[in-house]
Amino acid sequence: MAQTDTTEHVGLARVLGPAHVWALGVGIVLVGEYMGWNFAVGKGGAYAALMACWFAGILYTCVAMIDSEVTSTVAAAGGQYTQAKHIVGPLMAFNVGLYLVFAYTMLEAANAITVGFLVDTVATMSGHEGGLDQRPFIILSIMFLAWLNYRGVLATLTFNLVITAIAFTAIIILFLSTSGILGMGEMNHAALMSGQAAMPYGWLGVLAAMHFGLWYYLGIEGTTQAAEEVRSPARALPFGTLAGVMTLAIAATLTWYVCAGLMPWEYLGQSGVPLFDAARLSGSTFLMVLLGIGTLFATLASANGCINDASRAWFAMGRDKYLPGWFGAVHPKYRTPYRAIIFLVPIALIFALGAPLDQVITFSILSGLLEYTFMPLNIILFRRKWPLDTIKRGYEHPFHPLPAMVLLGLCGLAFFAVFLGYGTQLVAMIVFYIVVSLWFHFWRYRFVNRGAQFTMPWPKPRGY
Amino acid sequence: MDMWNLLELAAWGASALFGLFIVIDWIRTDSTYSEEILMSSREGELEAMTEESHRG
Repeated sequence: MAQTDTTEHVGLARVLGPAHVWALGVGIVLVGEYMGWNFAVGKGGAYAALMACWFAGILYTCVAMIDSEVTSTVAAAGGQYTQAKHIVGPLMAFNVGLYLVFAYTMLEAANAITVGFLVDTVATMSGHEGGLDQRPFIILSIMFLAWLNYRGVLATLTFNLVITAIAFTAIIILFLSTSGILGMGEMNHAALMSGQAAMPYGWLGVLAAMHFGLWYYLGIEGTTQAAEEVRSPARALPFGTLAGVMTLAIAATLTWYVCAGLMPWEYLGQSGVPLFDAARLSGSTFLMVLLGIGTLFATLASANGCINDASRAWFAMGRDKYLPGWFGAVHPKYRTPYRAIIFLVPIALIFALGAPLDQVITFSILSGLLEYTFMPLNIILFRRKWPLDTIKRGYEHPFHPLPAMVLLGLCGLAFFAVFLGYGTQLVAMIVFYIVVSLWFHFWRYRFVNRGAQFTMPWPKPRGY
Repeated sequence: MDMWNLLELAAWGASALFGLFIVIDWIRTDSTYSEEILMSSREGELEAMTEESHRG
């Protein structure tokens, strides 16, 4: 076997800046503004969706602050998995690693299904008869993005930066054009949100809307997966993550404002592509094309970021032998976790081609919710074991432990909201994680690199 | 056969090409480099606070 002369050692490439971190986080999430969030309107009306937007905004601000502090200190691939490994313990780390991989792979599959649907919609609108075979477009989106991820992280996230910026700009332009700031205002909030339409299902509707309120921000925590590939983790990760959550809060509020002012809640609550529908209602061909492109770009950016994040989590677990060590390989030329990327392609294809969209999305949300529930526990233990005066953080989040307590409370609320609509799936998924935890504890843990898995040069935890 | 049918065929073809590139490069890489090099990545080699990870 030929050995390379110059490469004695191969690791992931440290080539990313704060803008790439922003593009990774916002890129994964922005599709939630283009579709999905509006089912919150169907659950409880437009006001309920706005309250869900703000509650979820608080939840994710807590997530971003906690994540920024921990990950600016635990700067390694795997994100929350690596945090859990260092701070809580192996069993928690194994579970968190699986939450990450499932949440991102399912979301990638859901995005690919959406690409197929969008292409089909455009074909129908352009006069194509007899329907379109969506499968080649679903497969192409996954194969193209897997290829891009395989070839290198810099090109992958630069691509995400460009298409995410276009999709975000499209929302701003739609808002400016329809709100009356540029040209005639078309908003009709007063008529569309008064009387019975204000809160059609009362406060229970508000609670039920929380489930889909998560869509405004779901995935922003994925920025941590870039930790081993950014040039300056202590600066770029907090900056990119916090700028990302602010971007999303703005995009979410503008999206709600435009859509709730143009469509009655009964229609908006069932729309497949609410921002695109809002553009169509404006009567402007330019806005329609722009938001159509924005929808496609947001979907691709999300799938692209998901491949990046799922593969880093899978790779990190392989490197520590939580999974077969074979997955811990890095490509010597492209400096990517290529075996992890390859392994997850057929899994994404199976779910994209064989599972219904709502089930795939629900599985993704539930895995994400379990991950958020771990975060308060993580930060409380982190601060207790390594107080502020023992380790220098790149970012220290304020008001501890208030964000952790708020996050825990909101997670409990969101679990109840999910239980109202998807109780069976919630129970099935918890049973799944209990079974794999038993497998890890009684079988897999004997293969783990126990001595080598704690890599941070920290002092001994307080109390040990 | 209209433009959309042609696009369907093009999408199948492009998917196969991307898949082929990945598989060929994967086989070539695995047969060119030793497992020792491919698996040589180590966590935390250049973590955030290398210079000043301890306070005081």
